[in-house]
Amino acid sequence: MTENEMTSNDSTEPTPTTETAASSPDPSGDPLIEQSIDVEGTDATAGETGKPVIESSDLNVFYGETQALQSIDLAIPEKQVTAMIGPSGCGKSTFLRCINRMNDLIDAARVEGDLYFEGKNVYDADVDPVALRRRIGMVFQHPNPFPKSIYDNVAYGLRIQDQTENIDEKVETALKRAALWDEVKDQLDKSALDLSGGQQQRLCIARAIAVDPDVILMDEPASALDPIATSKIEDLIEELAEEFTVVIVTHNMQQAARISDKTAVFLTGGELVEFDDTDKIFENPDSQRVEDYITGKFG
Amino acid sequence: MSTETPRPDITSRPTGRAARERMYRYVLLLCAAASILVTVSIVVLLARDAITFFTLVNPVDFFTGTEFLISRNVYGLLPLLSGTLLVTVISAVIALPTGVAAAVYLSEYASDQMRSVLKPGLEILAGIPTVVYGIFALVYVTPFLQAIGLPVNTFNILSASIMVGIMIIPMVSSLSEDAMSSVPDSLRQAGYGMGATKFEVTTGVVVPAAASGIFSSFILALSRAIGETMIVVVAAGSRPRMLNLSDPLANLFQGYQPMTAAMVQINSADSVSQLGFTSLFAIGLTLFVITFLLNLLSNRIAARYREEYE
Repeated sequence: MTENEMTSNDSTEPTPTTETAASSPDPSGDPLIEQSIDVEGTDATAGETGKPVIESSDLNVFYGETQALQSIDLAIPEKQVTAMIGPSGCGKSTFLRCINRMNDLIDAARVEGDLYFEGKNVYDADVDPVALRRRIGMVFQHPNPFPKSIYDNVAYGLRIQDQTENIDEKVETALKRAALWDEVKDQLDKSALDLSGGQQQRLCIARAIAVDPDVILMDEPASALDPIATSKIEDLIEELAEEFTVVIVTHNMQQAARISDKTAVFLTGGELVEFDDTDKIFENPDSQRVEDYITGKFG
Repeated sequence: MSTETPRPDITSRPTGRAARERMYRYVLLLCAAASILVTVSIVVLLARDAITFFTLVNPVDFFTGTEFLISRNVYGLLPLLSGTLLVTVISAVIALPTGVAAAVYLSEYASDQMRSVLKPGLEILAGIPTVVYGIFALVYVTPFLQAIGLPVNTFNILSASIMVGIMIIPMVSSLSEDAMSSVPDSLRQAGYGMGATKFEVTTGVVVPAAASGIFSSFILALSRAIGETMIVVVAAGSRPRMLNLSDPLANLFQGYQPMTAAMVQINSADSVSQLGFTSLFAIGLTLFVITFLLNLLSNRIAARYREEYE
């Protein structure tokens, strides 16, 4: 992680990704797109944006007395990769955990404002966070497979949702989509803890996608991995965006530039400074602070 | 500055330091070895007297005999084993589920405030002298069982076993809680992230991940129940009896004499033959072997458990 960060800080002109347009075939006539134009920093490029599947409006998060997020307005397009970058403690992970209400598990966390998933405010009283998390999967910073077999890890979500029909098939499909099948197909009964870190993380991705969620949240999924495993995860994320909406938090700016369609830049204090197409953020950001951060002048 | 502070001469070595260091080493070794020496000598002495016994009584007769009557010089282990088995099984039925449930509550559900009340409470339970449990069984549990209509004798294995079970609950709950608390939080997060409820995370993730720790707490608790003496001496009666397999339920209501209780009785009897006295060691050795094997098994399981998160 630090290695990659260093290199990205050193290079003054990060290479932007070139295939943004490929994964956004949505017609520009969709009325929902208009909403995304209102979002801070979004400019005329809205035409190639997918319709927003997650939208926050004046979202504030507090941990006790400390405010971790300051009035965040953000619309995350469907079936694209949206990256959240920023220095440590800038609130990007906090935002991610607001989306599937993982912050509920922290007693001191308090959320104010609105966050919509497919038009429904997930903080409404009638929303069941358990059901919400079945629609919005999550992959964590450190690979955290259960101390069970490879098969049982992938089957876990299916089993708790009683989707046990054709479970073998679903497990196989998930492992294939996570680009892990060829490596593990002969050892599905082996403990997941015997896999390498990179394999474990792809297993965690397989576990998340086995239940066919709409959105996959990734909290620095490659930061604990070596460069080769990281590049496999990055390739995988780009493929996943064909079927899922991917939101990824990363410390690694080059990674964000390589794999994301949209980039949100959070800066210290829990402020969303700029949100735009990744190309724009990395080539010509509106905000001087963002440019300073991207070029490694601070952060 | 460097001229004012004398620099230690690296070739100087105070006289006698090596000898002192050696002495510390041996004193510490002696302390560490003392417990092993005591254990070994106990085993050797147990074995020696047990061998005396087995030269006079055929081991096959001892291990398969269905009658234990010192007055008639009949030494069959099975009636004593029946009592031990009953105590172990009944107390396990009571303590294992309750202990694990308590551990789950403490580790996963309890607020900090609740935990700060419950944990010391359980520790107090573990600190009660076992003779108190025994008297409680005799004076309160047995009359209570009679009051709810169970046909229990004054001395019966059920009330003794209930108290043994209550006695070992803290052992199960505290060791199981340790095992569950050491399950990394990232696994719980993974479970919640998959849309699992708290109960699903607890039963499907935390408990399986802590399974070997929980299992090893079971075994330690069982070997504690097998070795428990005072409660059964006070409340289970003093009659060795064979397990009645045709009417299992009736077994619960009668008095039994487990191995430990029999040993106490032999030891405190007014007059006992030389053979009767050496039978003490044969029973003791058997008991030791059983609990030793169980502890060995528990260590094995615990070792495997530690490996899991390395």
